[in-house]
Amino acid sequence: MYAFNYHRPNSLDAAAQALAANEDAKLLAGGQTMLPTMKQRLAMPSDLIDLSGIAELRGVCEDGDAVVVGAMTTHAEVAANEIVRSKIPALAKLADGIGDPQVRNRGTLGGSIANADPAADYPAAVVGLGATVKTNKREIAADDFFVGLFETALEPGELVVSVRFPVPEAAAYAKFDHPASRYAIVGVMVARTGGGVRVGITGAAPSAFRQTEMEQALAGNFAPDALDGISVSADGLNGDIHASAEYRAHLVGVMAKRAVIAARG
Amino acid sequence: MPDSGIGAAVKRREDFRFITGRGRYVDDINRPGQLYASFVRAPIAHANVRGIDTAEAEKAPGVVAVFTGEDLEADGVGSLPCGWVVTDKHGEPHKAPPHWPLVRGKVRYVGDHVAVVIAETLAQARDAAELVEVDYEDLDPVVDLAQAGEGAQLHDEAPGNLCYDWELGDKAAVDAAFEQAAHVTKLDLVNNRLIPNAMEPRAAIGEYDVGSDSYTIYSTSQNPHLLRLILCAFVLNLPEHKVRVVAPDVGGGFGSKIYAYAEETVCTWASKKLNGKPVKWTAERSESFLSDAHGRDHVTHAELAMDAEGKFLALKVDTKANLGAYLSSFATAVPTYLYATLLAGQYATPAVHCNVRGYFTSTAPVDAYRGAGRPEATYVIERIVEVAARDMKMDPAELRRKNFIQPDQFPYQTPVALVYDIGDYEPTLDKALEMIGYRDFAQRRAESEARGKLRGIGFSAYIEACGIAPSAVVGSLGAGVGLWESAQVRFNPTGSVSVFTGAHSHGQGHETTFAQLVSEKLGVPYEQIDIVHGDTGQIPMGMGTYGSRSLAVGGSAIVKACDKIVEKGKKIAAHLMEASVDDIEFDGGQFKVAGTDKAKGIGEIAFTAYVPHNYPEGVEPGLDETAFYDPLNFTYPAGVHIAEVEVDPDTGETKIVDWVAVDDFGKVLNPMIVEGQVHGGIAQGVGQALLESAVYDDSGQLVTGSYMDYTMPRADDFCEFRVGMTVSECTHNPLGVKGCGEAGAIAAPAALMNAITDALGAEIDMPATREKVWRHAQAKLKAAAE
Amino acid sequence: MLTVTMTVNGQKVAKDVDPRTLLVQFLREQLNLTGTHVGCDTSQCGACVVLVDGKSMKACTMLAAQADGCEVTTIEGLAKNGELHPMQAAFKEHHGLQCGFCTPGMIISAVDLLQQNPDPSEHEIREWLEGNICRCTGYHNIVKAIQHAAQDMRS
Repeated sequence: MYAFNYHRPNSLDAAAQALAANEDAKLLAGGQTMLPTMKQRLAMPSDLIDLSGIAELRGVCEDGDAVVVGAMTTHAEVAANEIVRSKIPALAKLADGIGDPQVRNRGTLGGSIANADPAADYPAAVVGLGATVKTNKREIAADDFFVGLFETALEPGELVVSVRFPVPEAAAYAKFDHPASRYAIVGVMVARTGGGVRVGITGAAPSAFRQTEMEQALAGNFAPDALDGISVSADGLNGDIHASAEYRAHLVGVMAKRAVIAARG
Repeated sequence: MPDSGIGAAVKRREDFRFITGRGRYVDDINRPGQLYASFVRAPIAHANVRGIDTAEAEKAPGVVAVFTGEDLEADGVGSLPCGWVVTDKHGEPHKAPPHWPLVRGKVRYVGDHVAVVIAETLAQARDAAELVEVDYEDLDPVVDLAQAGEGAQLHDEAPGNLCYDWELGDKAAVDAAFEQAAHVTKLDLVNNRLIPNAMEPRAAIGEYDVGSDSYTIYSTSQNPHLLRLILCAFVLNLPEHKVRVVAPDVGGGFGSKIYAYAEETVCTWASKKLNGKPVKWTAERSESFLSDAHGRDHVTHAELAMDAEGKFLALKVDTKANLGAYLSSFATAVPTYLYATLLAGQYATPAVHCNVRGYFTSTAPVDAYRGAGRPEATYVIERIVEVAARDMKMDPAELRRKNFIQPDQFPYQTPVALVYDIGDYEPTLDKALEMIGYRDFAQRRAESEARGKLRGIGFSAYIEACGIAPSAVVGSLGAGVGLWESAQVRFNPTGSVSVFTGAHSHGQGHETTFAQLVSEKLGVPYEQIDIVHGDTGQIPMGMGTYGSRSLAVGGSAIVKACDKIVEKGKKIAAHLMEASVDDIEFDGGQFKVAGTDKAKGIGEIAFTAYVPHNYPEGVEPGLDETAFYDPLNFTYPAGVHIAEVEVDPDTGETKIVDWVAVDDFGKVLNPMIVEGQVHGGIAQGVGQALLESAVYDDSGQLVTGSYMDYTMPRADDFCEFRVGMTVSECTHNPLGVKGCGEAGAIAAPAALMNAITDALGAEIDMPATREKVWRHAQAKLKAAAE
Repeated sequence: MLTVTMTVNGQKVAKDVDPRTLLVQFLREQLNLTGTHVGCDTSQCGACVVLVDGKSMKACTMLAAQADGCEVTTIEGLAKNGELHPMQAAFKEHHGLQCGFCTPGMIISAVDLLQQNPDPSEHEIREWLEGNICRCTGYHNIVKAIQHAAQDMRS
């Protein structure tokens, strides 16, 4: 790890200021990706701004027909939270399957989506549930948030405050995990809401995305066989030693079906 | 069942320190004034080094020194040797290019050691290592084993990158048998490259003492004496009596900690250079991936000739073995003498021939990894036998049974040099069939199919040569060392016993099992016996632990030392009880005068030996005996593993639904520990077959360089293992034991691949990744539908 | 340099650290608590697992500064009044360890499991151990040890 200056501000404003003050400053949320990256000397921030001292970033609350999760809420907290478990059990289950128990005790929602790892689980939830990301500057719709590989709509000096997940009528997440890292090779969040069906996919492509053909088919018939005949193209999908693009494309179909079955209960 | 002697499942005494965090591994040790080393490693696979600029690094904060190969060369530091000379089929010794601890002029794999930075703190050493500027001239890497002969030449000494072209067996007899064959089964196989991944990364501290002109090396070694021998005699030219190697608690080895590596060599040399400042190095896991010796990595073509009834007539095997960029300490022996000699398996195949070509490539050195050659041999035999059964439409269990060496054929001379002393293979097979419920397999398969799953069953009837090894035999085959073991059994005056063994425990539980053994032999309470290992300063001499040899060879040495104790004790007892030595019997810790009720406890005899006021004439005081044991033959553990799997054709996931292992390890000293060894071995074998594979890309970069990409087996990859035993005692060692440490890793890959290919109805290579399995499962379903 | 203060195994400690000091380095090098091990650099192996404010975390993926003000329990602090924690006892009784290197993290992780789920199924145990790699045991006896510890702790 390279040397850096460490800050632990206790307000959002102070954090934003510290971030703005140093071009090479980085935010430290749960650190479950940031610290390994730094340990391998793949990142060298001049300053590390630890967000754990900011109380307002943590916690879960109900807000009308939505559940709002603070950016610094850990995966374990989301998984165990009564509101999440009763309103959006699919989200609790997704959080409960991230990494391993120790990672879940430190890793956070905000850190995960801001990092936008193509294989992270949360992006599927943000996209699939049609969430809204609240930052210190604005609100960003799920469809606009993930821009590309490790790329989001967040601007310099902008940080995630919370994510607002609308409560779906039914939803489920199915994951095919990476054998070594246990990230998602493919993860599919299927959600049915009053407004229709959303299918959010992670792992398969450089960035989380919606599968609109599946959404339309499921809107007409929210059943696994509605997906029969939809073939997912391998074009543009990720391929590596653990799964080719073609295999990932196939798995999107399998996981989507499994999610639908689970969502139907 | 005794509660602490031979055969008892005694709980391990070493556990207390490990479960309370009081273990003492090398990285836990810190020496006063110690400095930290960080190695500058080659970022490219094959290049000329035109220059190394260390100026910036030397100026960095805390840096004490930066050394390169030139510094070592100027000091006369030698090459890391390969200790086994393999003579090729033309009578020439293998090509032995130098392996400098720090490179001289050329790098040959990613991770090769270019320079070392030594600083006051670890962070400073690592910071400064990035400041070393190396001017590389890129050369073509040689990555693909199959094409290694045509690639750029890595070493001047090895044209065509060929280390040796070696053979074993009677080729004419094999060719003749193939001409008579009613059926020939052919198979191409890849034995995938593995990275050992002991959980404790390698570490070393080199410490030179100016006052006594001597060295202490703390090292994560499986064989401290051997490391000392190699460093002193071949690399650093040090007097052996001035060097102490300590291998304290070591967190797993699996072969990877047998060898002498560049890092401990450089730390030791540098400590003297720096006037006795201790120099410490601990591998980061990423360094372990790059530079621990890897395992396996063969491509093989095999053919099995049979008569019309399925009797094996001959086996011929052609193997290319990847040796990596340099020869590690025993690299040459692994794909030759530890491999081809096992190709008879459990079968009475009359003729076997094997040709092995060992190649240099621009990848990490390859050497012994749990099983070392024997898993590769078992994989060839047990895969081709299974495929032969499929070809012949015979039951795979019955085809094996038909070809087993029969009990009345022992001692059995195989066509590939070894003489099996004993074995009884049918009862082992029968027990395994019974345990797995083989008769009902078809029913289980149908039940799986009804759920849309493909079920398969696979066998592996393995044999291994353990208890390595008779010195004269291995010497005649090119080994540079003898492979005996030593033991010293020392009574302390108050009756407790210290046992010094040259075997080294890095998870095997010697402190418990060896104490059980001595307790049984000498009748001394288990609690009063202490086992000392891992320190050349305390132990007379030793060859260390690998090749499932600790009990068969090291334990036998202990028995011999105990026998000497008893022999001497009898003289003392005879004197004290005024009897003839010939009338003294020893049993359960008591020296008795035969036919009387006169007896003396061994504790009293020990006390008398140290306080010899009333003592037999001509007998030396003290009760402290050393023995060396050189085995007469290898031992031959054998057994049958059966795996049952269920494949999900939608995703290609393979679930292991049942695993039965029935092993014949001869006499078992501590069944709890033996079963633990079997479990761990199976997990490593399953890892090879299902999950693990070291992958280099075309440029020679290690793609699987961390746990993010190299798939380590986890708890949820396994079902419970069911372990059974049969016993035929080894005939030539005093304990009747055979060794158990490698069996699981030897047996498991073939069993699992036979099960998966049975489920798929297609042949695939290891590892059976989910994508590979998915493709074949889909093809099977498609074919069935058509 | 930063000053960090925390309670480790019941003892309050305050030390100056370089900001880049990981919790595991702090424990091993500054407090000489070498029972917590480092087995990888990518947060997978779990040899470094400790309890931070009662929850299991990877001490290699946490700055010492992030543990400021926290209560940390390492393997050395698990036995109380000279008596082994039931999980420690179960690992010994059921041969849940061989080389011992992964063991401290494995035990601490298992302790956390039983805090959350006092009666886990075999499947739940195996899933929980996702973040702990053992190369020696094939996990067989680790699972058994945890099952027995759960039984002992419930009774």
